[in-house]
Amino acid sequence: MATMTYLQAISSALRDELRADDRVLVMGEDIGVFGGAFKVTDGFFEEFGPDRVMDTPLAESAIIGTAIGAAVVGMRPVCEMQFSDFISCGFDQLVNVAAKMHYRQRLAVPITVRLPSGGGFSGGPFHSQNPEAWFMHSPGIKVVAPSTAEDAKGLLHAAIRDPNPVCFMEHKHLYRRIKGEVPEGIYETPMTARVARPGSDLVVIAYGAMVHVALDATEDLDGASVQVLDLRSLVPLDVDAILAAVRECSKVVILDEANETCAAGAQVAALIAEHGFEDLDGPVVRVATPDIPIPFSPPLEQAVLPSVDRVREACRELLAY
Amino acid sequence: MCALVAGRDGDPVYDSMSGPDGDPAPAMNEGEARKMATETAEPAVAAAAYLELDDRIWLLRAMLLMRGIEERAMSLYRQGKVPGSFYDGFGQEAVSAGAAFAMGPEDRLCILHRDLAAHIIRGVSTERILAQYMGRDSGVTRGRDGNVHFGDARLGCVGMVSMLPDMMLVATGMAMAFKLRGERRCALTWFGDGSTSRGDFHEAMNWAGVQRLPVVFVLENNQYAYSTPLDKQFAVDPVQRAAAYGFSGVTVDGNDAEAMFEATRAARARAVAGEGPTLIEAVTMRMHGHAAHDDMKYVPKEQVELWRKRDPVDRQNARLRELGVDVDAIRAAVQAEIDAATEQALAAPMPDPEDVRTDVFAAGEAEPLGDGQAPWSGFAQRREVG
Repeated sequence: MATMTYLQAISSALRDELRADDRVLVMGEDIGVFGGAFKVTDGFFEEFGPDRVMDTPLAESAIIGTAIGAAVVGMRPVCEMQFSDFISCGFDQLVNVAAKMHYRQRLAVPITVRLPSGGGFSGGPFHSQNPEAWFMHSPGIKVVAPSTAEDAKGLLHAAIRDPNPVCFMEHKHLYRRIKGEVPEGIYETPMTARVARPGSDLVVIAYGAMVHVALDATEDLDGASVQVLDLRSLVPLDVDAILAAVRECSKVVILDEANETCAAGAQVAALIAEHGFEDLDGPVVRVATPDIPIPFSPPLEQAVLPSVDRVREACRELLAY
Repeated sequence: MCALVAGRDGDPVYDSMSGPDGDPAPAMNEGEARKMATETAEPAVAAAAYLELDDRIWLLRAMLLMRGIEERAMSLYRQGKVPGSFYDGFGQEAVSAGAAFAMGPEDRLCILHRDLAAHIIRGVSTERILAQYMGRDSGVTRGRDGNVHFGDARLGCVGMVSMLPDMMLVATGMAMAFKLRGERRCALTWFGDGSTSRGDFHEAMNWAGVQRLPVVFVLENNQYAYSTPLDKQFAVDPVQRAAAYGFSGVTVDGNDAEAMFEATRAARARAVAGEGPTLIEAVTMRMHGHAAHDDMKYVPKEQVELWRKRDPVDRQNARLRELGVDVDAIRAAVQAEIDAATEQALAAPMPDPEDVRTDVFAAGEAEPLGDGQAPWSGFAQRREVG
């Protein structure tokens, strides 16, 4: 085991895959000589060369589109969007070409798209988004969102080795803030949920950076036994784990950093309403970013992103129900 | 093997600007003249040096099949047996036939909706094509997608999506992989005049130019993007755009299968030699509406009449007849094949709704595209040489 930051764990997975499999290449803007905007690929250019650590033109549609072409002739491309927000420029290739390819023609598209996402550091409306739900609504794409260093590495290995297009949501705010023990070598984390903390009075369901907000908010909540369920994967969504948590706790708070309407948490709430209603002992409560663009100025941004205090308050209210 | 046909010594065998009977092409208006091919006589002549008689017959057969299958499918559409809408490539058969014929089995193709001959040349059977149109389980997409939205992955083909020209980037990515792996292979894709207005055209042309990739871009200029004519689509001669991306562009008579073959053969040769991409502008005419519902009233009748005299199938037919080939027998065989395939496709089962959820995701090891059929005799010859 080694201690790594979330960012180092992502780098480690990429480096291990590049060493293990000639078919893997990483491609993106400024990832080669410069080592990436967040330095995830720092040193890769020197080790693997310009062909496998490819500095691309500033063209997100082309990054996704050419990755698809390379994948269907046997490569395993890993694309980096400099910020997840820019996937909007490559959206068409991802949702229309990659996502539907196997259903239409039984042609697998093994690409991984790394999406540095999330807010909390004054990135403003175009460097802070959480676009995962866009892809949940497009059948044929898997979506994973690790919250720990161990899962960041394991899920990235799993994504690269998966025969489908996988959106790998890596939260920028976790890059250097989160550290943890990471197993040696290559291992694959299953695309299933994980109980981040057991508990039986209430469950907070979250993923990505919000797992840490949930843990902080409920660490000492008037003695209540609060479970935190880390979804880890949004597609596939671990319905069994969600319903098991509902059965165990009967009270549910669902936490999203994404804008509220049709967020991943909305789907979780719908699943619980359909399949877990009998197990509920109170209304399903959601905490999410309201439906407004992520503002730049710190007091404005802090006013919209789900905070420890907001989550704590929501949990207290539900526990008292 | 048949002997090479005349033309090796450089004598023009035919003039691709002439009609099938050798008559000079009719006069054309000024705007259109700009987009009538002007550099095509030479490629067509040169093609003869690379095509044996069997190859030239193959080109005719592929075009006859394409036209016959599409005519049959349109008739099935009118009978309510082809769901949705129906799109065809009547009048454009030479563009896909000639270009696909120059590709090797190890090459990879992203095929557009008016390019049925490319599928035929790669080896998709007539029955599977008709079953595809009718949404049958034995169609290439097993009823998952309609029309010409298909590509047989086992034959090295990727089907188009409706967002054009998305496949330019996919072909560029294939070529990128070939180059990274040091393989002597090429990717080819077709796209239309309307597609040149979208950003993916620019992104693909630029990327392919920057990385000098082994890719052939065939711009199928059929004069209209749905109802939109060329002068509302671009302000320059589109073939000139290639220069802006650092590679060469050539305009070809898209109604001459052998000229298309030769331009593509030369482009492929450059590509696998590491000399980068080529833009081939195939000038042709969409002789039917955008889809079955479109009466094409926005197209002047004279324009259609003018192009009718340059019909690509008639042209290849006339050439081969002059060479003593029994073209009537070929036509009859093609018709018989289509009749038999129609019966088979009509008898084929529809897909089972129970299976509608299968295949959204791939499982197991990803299987890459396979090799296609490549009937051009020149490939076998070149392999033997080394």
